[in-house]
Amino acid sequence: MLRVDNITSSYGGGLILFGMSLDVGAREVVTLIGRNGMGKSTTIRAIMGLTPARSGAITFDGKRIEALRPHEIAQNGIGLVPEGRQIFVRLSVEENLVATSADRQGAANKWSLARVYDLFPRLAERRAQSGGTLSGGEQQMLAIGRALMTNPRLLILDEATEGLAPLIREDIWACLRQLKSEGLSILVVDRNLDALLGLADRHYVVEKGRVAWSGTSAELAVRRDNIERQIGI
Amino acid sequence: MQLVLEQLLNGLQLSLTLFLLAAGLTLVFGIMGVINLAHGSLYMIGAYAGAWAAAKTGTFWLALPAGLAAAALVGAAMELLVVRRLYAREHLSQVLATFGLILFFNGFIAWSAGRSPLLMETPPQLSGFVEILPGLPYPAYRLAMMGVGVAVALGLWYMISRTRIGMLIRAGSDKREMVEALGVDIAKLFTLVFALGALLAGLAGVMVGPIRSVQVGMGEQVLITTFVVIVVGGIGSIRGAFAGALLIGMCDTLGRAFVPMLLKSWLSGPLADGLGGALSSVIIYLVMALVLIVRPRGLFPVSG
Repeated sequence: MLRVDNITSSYGGGLILFGMSLDVGAREVVTLIGRNGMGKSTTIRAIMGLTPARSGAITFDGKRIEALRPHEIAQNGIGLVPEGRQIFVRLSVEENLVATSADRQGAANKWSLARVYDLFPRLAERRAQSGGTLSGGEQQMLAIGRALMTNPRLLILDEATEGLAPLIREDIWACLRQLKSEGLSILVVDRNLDALLGLADRHYVVEKGRVAWSGTSAELAVRRDNIERQIGI
Repeated sequence: MQLVLEQLLNGLQLSLTLFLLAAGLTLVFGIMGVINLAHGSLYMIGAYAGAWAAAKTGTFWLALPAGLAAAALVGAAMELLVVRRLYAREHLSQVLATFGLILFFNGFIAWSAGRSPLLMETPPQLSGFVEILPGLPYPAYRLAMMGVGVAVALGLWYMISRTRIGMLIRAGSDKREMVEALGVDIAKLFTLVFALGALLAGLAGVMVGPIRSVQVGMGEQVLITTFVVIVVGGIGSIRGAFAGALLIGMCDTLGRAFVPMLLKSWLSGPLADGLGGALSSVIIYLVMALVLIVRPRGLFPVSG
């Protein structure tokens, strides 16, 4: 579904990605793990067109997207839950969900406000509140709901559980498991190996702007000690 | 008493005209971060297109759509050809480029329409007076201008707070990149907002045609005051633009009407005249300074 092929990218002057490659298949959950500053977020920014790759190719559903503008990439069916959540603080919770909502591909099981509120009942309680007044966990739920309302076929989450309390984290993981069971493809950047092992099909360890190791969850479980040392947990 | 009431109405009418100009300027500055000095040129273009259409057709009711269309089209072209290149640049480049646009438009109008001011007739349906209180007649045309200003304010409030475009405008003002990454063509949204601001400036321009002379440079005089309005109101806020326009329009009108008069009761004639004239023309800047001392980000700062 998504193929990143040998991309290089620079961000803030220096080169960050040196031939980064990865694949996400249909209905697959794939992770990017690694220390900070190794290029995980830069990879996401390159996929979304926010910091376009300098060389290499990115294909989504067989279509080259590396030269498209961010809104065109999103319109192709990629939903972003960005690092730092990036909630619209001048909008209410409900407006955050509605403002950018769309169904460009004619989704079979279309996302609606009711369905998002079903997934995150706490958002329903706060629907009229300003997005800026939510707690970190609620903002994260809102960022996920906002991306789902664009009816993506691939959901990308960048550090979705960072800085959240353990219970809230568990809510987020439960939500992602449910989305997976509904057949959504997911690319997730996180450092919480226990949860990732239970959720994801395959993993990429990113080091110095390229893939240092990749494998299935079973393979990761076997080499877990090594990997943990490598990514610094 | 009658004089005070009349001046209050004049102040209100000036306020609502200022609001039409400030609304566009504050949206463009607040959302796109562009200082558009040529906003006054759009006002002038609206006035000239209106005056031209009125002279050709003999009716104000065709002048109005002509002015609106001219200002909106020139505004959209200005965004696509010039302003679009300035979003990522610093304010100095924006000031230089849009100042260049002022020179261009002034030169173009002077070349095509001549330097002598044009006059526009008040539409006959609105040329009379309305007795709003017993013994206080007020020009119907000015009342109609106020009505239009209030209607535009309500319409803008509805658009910003209730429609999807309004949500995107608010969202885009603090997280432009995120709006794009969620599939919205923000460039198109910016062109639309810019053209809307231009349309409102053009509306103000056509409407003042019959009460002031239409001439080259008319935009620059009003632009300075408009900037004062949006700074006082809080940049980026429509509500702020409304409040700022009311405050500045009232202070300017009442100041010019009454400050020299008050001074005359204390000082000798010529001294009071000189001082009064000087003081009444700086009064809006004093008000701005006072507001900014108490509220450095304006009356209704945009949160976030």
